[in-house]
Amino acid sequence: MTNSIHDMGGMHGFGPVEPEVNEPVFHADWEARVYALQRAMGATGLWTIDGGRASLENLPPLAYHASSYYKRWFLGLERRVVAHGLIGEDEIAAGRALRPGIRLNRKMTLDDAKAMSFANFDRPAPGPARFKAGDPVRTKNIHQATHTRLPRYARGKLGTVEAVRGCHVFPDTAALGAGENPQWLYTVVFAGRELWGEETDPAIKVSIEAFEPYLAPV
Amino acid sequence: MPADDHAHDHGSELSEMQLRVRALETILTEKGYVDPAALDQIVENVETRIGPHIGARVVARAWVDPEFKRRLLADATEAVNSVAEFDPVGAHLIAVENTPQTHNVVVCTLCSCYPWPVLGLPPVWYKSAPYRSRTVIDPKGVLADFGVSLAPGTDIRIWDSTAETRFLVVPMRPAGTEGWSEEALAALVTRDSMVGTGLPKSPEENKAGAAG
Repeated sequence: MTNSIHDMGGMHGFGPVEPEVNEPVFHADWEARVYALQRAMGATGLWTIDGGRASLENLPPLAYHASSYYKRWFLGLERRVVAHGLIGEDEIAAGRALRPGIRLNRKMTLDDAKAMSFANFDRPAPGPARFKAGDPVRTKNIHQATHTRLPRYARGKLGTVEAVRGCHVFPDTAALGAGENPQWLYTVVFAGRELWGEETDPAIKVSIEAFEPYLAPV
Repeated sequence: MPADDHAHDHGSELSEMQLRVRALETILTEKGYVDPAALDQIVENVETRIGPHIGARVVARAWVDPEFKRRLLADATEAVNSVAEFDPVGAHLIAVENTPQTHNVVVCTLCSCYPWPVLGLPPVWYKSAPYRSRTVIDPKGVLADFGVSLAPGTDIRIWDSTAETRFLVVPMRPAGTEGWSEEALAALVTRDSMVGTGLPKSPEENKAGAAG
């Protein structure tokens, strides 16, 4: 969802940031297992990274905030494997498999895990980039009900293209399972005052990574 | 209430989560979707192989090698992957340089995007509601939470990681480190200094830390 609880930039009331000295990578064994399950199931190719994000964003707002980070991952993963027909609710209730699995096109092997490759989202460009570094742009004021990566605080704002980052998978369509629909990606920088008003410290600038459909020429 | 506050007592949630996660792993394994050996390796990767020690070496290399620094700032993926002793990093890594004029800070307001290949998994605070909400609107307040204050007149640039591009801050080399080796310099480069919520250790701080 576009205007859901995950979109936190600029919200007040969450209190101070609390750094933890000598923080471990995981705070409990189950967190490590959730992380590994998420990576391994992501490698099946049954959903996209954007589809995965969307399933977290669609958690009920109170559940989202009441859950720790890896609990959110767990809840999203559990929903996803059921939604894709990989396992049944009855199997979750039983705590064991009640039927054989369906055939997957890809499964992460030990060798795959050792290779530790990272995904690449670059795609061939369907056409030339519409903007270049230095161009003024205004972000669109969109409130679609489905996944987007244009944060609320940066909608309808005047900014400047700082860099062209290549042509990438477009999250708004990939999240829907509607194809990669590659789009040009830009770093767009805003004055803090444009985002937060005249009282804002002029020393502050904020940039987002904006896909071309988020931008209009000025 | 912070969403990720592990300091709070939630032992009952912990045991519930242990059971639920174990059940899901059992089902996914029995159905042939995941290989437990691969899962163990995935955990080992992030617990031992990748982490801020990699980013620290990249930064230290940039401090001693101007040509590497130039290439790092031009195309961080290419530059890091060209150095044989570094593990390959994924595409879309972007290095941003702190200068006396500008201090950079990285955030992901929408989720938890973070440069895993060079910094490992993000700390809890990076994924927490306080950091995600305040960094873009009150960066000086957030830096104060980390005990960081910048020289008056320093511009602050926030990078919101809203796509698959990932940002590594190249902090300024501490004073008093002239002639230091790359390895000695890497020991000064903290994780937080590569996110922008900290500064590298000074030689004095490093010495005190080693002694303590």
